Amino acid sequence: MTNRPTDAAPALADPAPPLSDERLRREGRLRRAFGRPELGALAGTILVFLFFGIVAGDTGMFSAKGVLNWLEVSAQLGIIAIGACLLMIAGEFDLSLGSMIGFAGMVIAIPVTQYGLPLWAAILLAFSFAMAVGYLNGIIVIRTGLPSFIVTLAFLFILRGLTIGLSRLLTNRTLVGGVREHAEGDWFAALFGGKVGGPIFVWMAQHGWLDTLPNGQPVVQGVSMVIVWWLVLAVLANWLLKRTRYGNWIFASGGDAVAARNVGVPVTRVKVSLFMFTALCATVFAACQVVDFGSADSQRGMLKEFEAIIAAVIGGALLTGGYGSVVGACFGALIFGVVQMGIFYTGVNTDWFRVFLGVMLLIAVIFNNYVRKKVTGGR
Amino acid sequence: MDADVPLIEVSRLSKFFGSVIALMDVSMSVRAGEVMCLLGDNGAGKSTLIKVLSGVHRPSEGEYRVEGRAVDFSSPRQALDMGIATVYQDLAMVPLMSVTRNFFLGREPVKGMVPFRHFDFAAADTIARQEMRRIGIDVRDPQQAVGTLSGGERQCLAIARAVYFGAKVLILDEPTSALGVSQASMVLKYIMQARARNLGVIFITHNVHHAYPVADRFTMLNRGRTLGTFRKEDVSKDEVIDMMAGGKELQDLSAEIAGMTERI
Repeated sequence: MTNRPTDAAPALADPAPPLSDERLRREGRLRRAFGRPELGALAGTILVFLFFGIVAGDTGMFSAKGVLNWLEVSAQLGIIAIGACLLMIAGEFDLSLGSMIGFAGMVIAIPVTQYGLPLWAAILLAFSFAMAVGYLNGIIVIRTGLPSFIVTLAFLFILRGLTIGLSRLLTNRTLVGGVREHAEGDWFAALFGGKVGGPIFVWMAQHGWLDTLPNGQPVVQGVSMVIVWWLVLAVLANWLLKRTRYGNWIFASGGDAVAARNVGVPVTRVKVSLFMFTALCATVFAACQVVDFGSADSQRGMLKEFEAIIAAVIGGALLTGGYGSVVGACFGALIFGVVQMGIFYTGVNTDWFRVFLGVMLLIAVIFNNYVRKKVTGGR
Repeated sequence: MDADVPLIEVSRLSKFFGSVIALMDVSMSVRAGEVMCLLGDNGAGKSTLIKVLSGVHRPSEGEYRVEGRAVDFSSPRQALDMGIATVYQDLAMVPLMSVTRNFFLGREPVKGMVPFRHFDFAAADTIARQEMRRIGIDVRDPQQAVGTLSGGERQCLAIARAVYFGAKVLILDEPTSALGVSQASMVLKYIMQARARNLGVIFITHNVHHAYPVADRFTMLNRGRTLGTFRKEDVSKDEVIDMMAGGKELQDLSAEIAGMTERI
């Protein structure tokens, strides 16, 4: 028997082996898996794949080109969902994320096209601006004690307004093009645009695993850099969250900031750094878009903040903080990409995408609430 | 270390908040291997005294000595560094996080070179399980959330953490007040274990039934002043109850209730 006081009924049948607890049920792997935040998103992903596998299996959605298509859409959202997810686990929101995308895009495009700044320098400039805005967001939230929801909502408008106002003031337009010619020979810009792994696809085409175009090139020329960024950031953020002491502080800052401070966790530093990281993710997204499209549009990134939060929530993050998963947020983004492109491939009116989003969000939140109660012992 | 020098000693300590006198001329001490019970009703000044001891508040007047040396803490961290650990009633636990993550929160063991430095979960899990087992709690799985533990187990986890990280003095703020009988006895047993390991324990409570079995000495607080310190040999449980502000009032109350029943 155990040596701890117990008020439970005595064990009925054979005595329990030493140092086990008669009140502890054997939990199967399945039950344990229920405690994992990613579970809902994983199940959702499987469902979505099954659905479109049946409905759109023969439309080319699952050809090499189709797969890269929806992976790219997922990756764009995935990059910002990772930032939003970490910040949510730390107990804060960033609604200025979408506006940051538009703003960063302009900070890259305008100096390059109007003032002859090299593209690499403009991208670095955008990153510094993003860090500054993230820092400002964080400091205001912490110093004033106001909900980050309100503070970043203000920045949603400030940044969007600045983007439109400044681009009209400096260029007379809200869409600044002509970045592409500046990307030539810029190795730093090449990190954000273009494709990698071309030779692999050529090799696959030579072995007949890929269809080729009439000119002998494979149908897909490579994997977009945005997908590479997504994977790199996902692996990094996941390791950071689950395996490092900083990750432990992220959970604690969101789970109970007072308790965390009491034991010496630098909660302010953790939260501010995550606001900066989120803005950084938005800038990666923006840089990829500007280099790929060769232009910046002041309307870009509209509503992306909500999509990122939805992806994080589908991935198991709690709105109250302290719980969530980067892997889950990535699955959330994958569901988005697959459904968005799936609707396109099946020819369903894209208006229905929003309906689907809302329903997914609702189901995810209800499910997460249930999981949280399980984790905290049904209390 | 000289056993006669108290680990913590305050003399003629006062604390004012503006015109409010929270503490007046309070003196008390705790030695290694001793449980000092701080008793008092609500509003007696128990919380203010703990906050002064743990470095949250600075005393307005009076002396505070740790192991014979006068100290003047300006933050709880300084008190903690001198081995004075306070376990607050509302705990410093994050329910959604695992036992291990909570146990090492703020003091995570790491391994590896700087870019790859990571939380050493293998070592942390082993230590957490071992420390909990030492106090008689078998943590089924150190990766389980603290939210699944009972109130008593959580309280013990918080104390075990303080002890593991080198506390010499434990200040326990009402550790048993929200617990049921068996849960409270789990915590009381652990207090005795900490005492056996030669720690000084300041046990704050308003429940004499919890205080009496474990205490070596009692210090009574009433309306910001001490009614004095008593060795357990010198007072009975009933005397202690009487001395607490509630004592006389409780008698009045039972008389009053008796009167009411008669009338009905």
